[in-house]
Amino acid sequence: MDIVFQQVSYIYQPNSPFEHQALKNLSFSIASGSFVAIVGHTGSGKSTLIQHLNGLLRPTVGELRIGEYQLKANEKLANIKALRRQVGVVFQYPEHQLFEETVEKDIAFGPKNFGIASADIERRIPQVMKAVNLPLDLLKRSPFELSGGQMRRVAIAGVLALEPTLLVLDEPTAGLDPKGQLEIMDMFAALHKQKGLTTVLVTHNMEDALKYADHVIILENGTKYLEGKPEDIFIEKEKLESVQLDLPEEIQFLQTFQQRFGLSIPYRGQSITELAHEIKQRLEGMNQNE
Amino acid sequence: MSSKIIIGQYVPSNSVIHRLDPRVKLVTVFLFVIFVFFANNTLSYGWLSVFAITSALLTKINLKYIIRGLTPIWFLVIFTFLLHLFVTHEGQILFQIFGLPIYSGALIQGGAISLRFFLLILMTSLMTLTTTPIEITDAIELLLHPLKKIKFPVHELALMMSISLRFIPTLMQETEKISKAQASRGVDFKTGPLKERIQAVVPLLIPLFVGAFKRAEELAMAMEARGYQGGEGRTKLRELSIRRLDWSAMLVFLVVIIGLFLFRQ
Repeated sequence: MDIVFQQVSYIYQPNSPFEHQALKNLSFSIASGSFVAIVGHTGSGKSTLIQHLNGLLRPTVGELRIGEYQLKANEKLANIKALRRQVGVVFQYPEHQLFEETVEKDIAFGPKNFGIASADIERRIPQVMKAVNLPLDLLKRSPFELSGGQMRRVAIAGVLALEPTLLVLDEPTAGLDPKGQLEIMDMFAALHKQKGLTTVLVTHNMEDALKYADHVIILENGTKYLEGKPEDIFIEKEKLESVQLDLPEEIQFLQTFQQRFGLSIPYRGQSITELAHEIKQRLEGMNQNE
Repeated sequence: MSSKIIIGQYVPSNSVIHRLDPRVKLVTVFLFVIFVFFANNTLSYGWLSVFAITSALLTKINLKYIIRGLTPIWFLVIFTFLLHLFVTHEGQILFQIFGLPIYSGALIQGGAISLRFFLLILMTSLMTLTTTPIEITDAIELLLHPLKKIKFPVHELALMMSISLRFIPTLMQETEKISKAQASRGVDFKTGPLKERIQAVVPLLIPLFVGAFKRAEELAMAMEARGYQGGEGRTKLRELSIRRLDWSAMLVFLVVIIGLFLFRQ
């Protein structure tokens, strides 16, 4: 599903001493099938933005379009449930939303609410359990008996069971150990490719944004600060530092490397192993030239 | 939706009223609640209204915000007024509505009772608007201190109060967060038949309770780890003290009370 924001503003608690404008005149568009990272400092409006994507919030001013659904200021969307059926949202710490007696029932909860036939739900449950890398014998257990990491996976499975076309992820790896973070992110990347999803990832982790996204939007104070391809965005050191964002480790390394040794290696999305290999080759090349 | 109700809400500022000692505010509001019932004519009601509205203005909080925040109370005020209007049969008949006679006494009494009600609510909300929950608990603890002599657990009571007050906003946030997560999974809290809407509360309540219990356990553990052992020998970071401002406020309130007894019949 493609997403178009047209001059969207959102104000919390208007006309009160707590009035706060979270989004200011925000416009951007996301093509269907892309993997977009939304990056920004705390309080830059990321969470407010993603709550617009399934109509939890409506813009105070402006309008947006998600696929065929239009969300306008002061106008309720009649078929909001149809929109939510297509947009899967994994909130921060999604394990807090678990409530059913068994893992199986909790995963089935979402699809059931959207009126999906029980035969279809039974087909989906083992699929999503496999996707989040959980053994099927957990299905009859209570979600509250599981470890934190397992609970997170069950909650994510519950969202995936909706078989959304737009997947929205709000810091899905916060609080997980490094191995768990890598597993979960790789899983989302694989799903994105397999099912041709549109994925919106909110993250603090620049390395993740660089590694997985094909488009990056940087928010600052509710407005769009930078937008573009990750390779182009993440070399703008000064611009990023002025909004308290770091460069991804790989690019930081390459820039320091160039300063110290005068050897420029352009970043084209190489992995760390590939980079090491490339540096080795270049150094060997220099030795032979001497 | 919940953001429109201001009962129990604290609005930070540095007005005169904000800076008053919480004990003074607490006792003043308590006495005001009692003395409102002594007003019995236009002049005495007017006198108390002037006091209440001046206090409201002194808080420097937008008056519109306060009035709008009391919306749920307006319903009660109007209901009380109407009840008195139709039930009281004193004075002369002024006119008739739908064949029901309206007496002049009813109009006066209805007006007086609703005004009294409004003043009560206004003053008590002014206190919570300008005093942090911690200040209120501190004030209560100090005011109840003499009861320690009869072995009344004052400190424990104050601690229980401050813990529950502290966690109200946290639980509100948690409620909002979970209801949004469940709404994204297709739960409909706002439309549909009543039975379904009641069922929709279950996926909200269970995670909320689980979270609250977990939090309570963590808090107890953290308190124990830091060697908490009740009020014995405990000192305070913020000592409350009665300053010149507080004495003047008490003096003003005394004048208000004396005025009230001069003006009433």
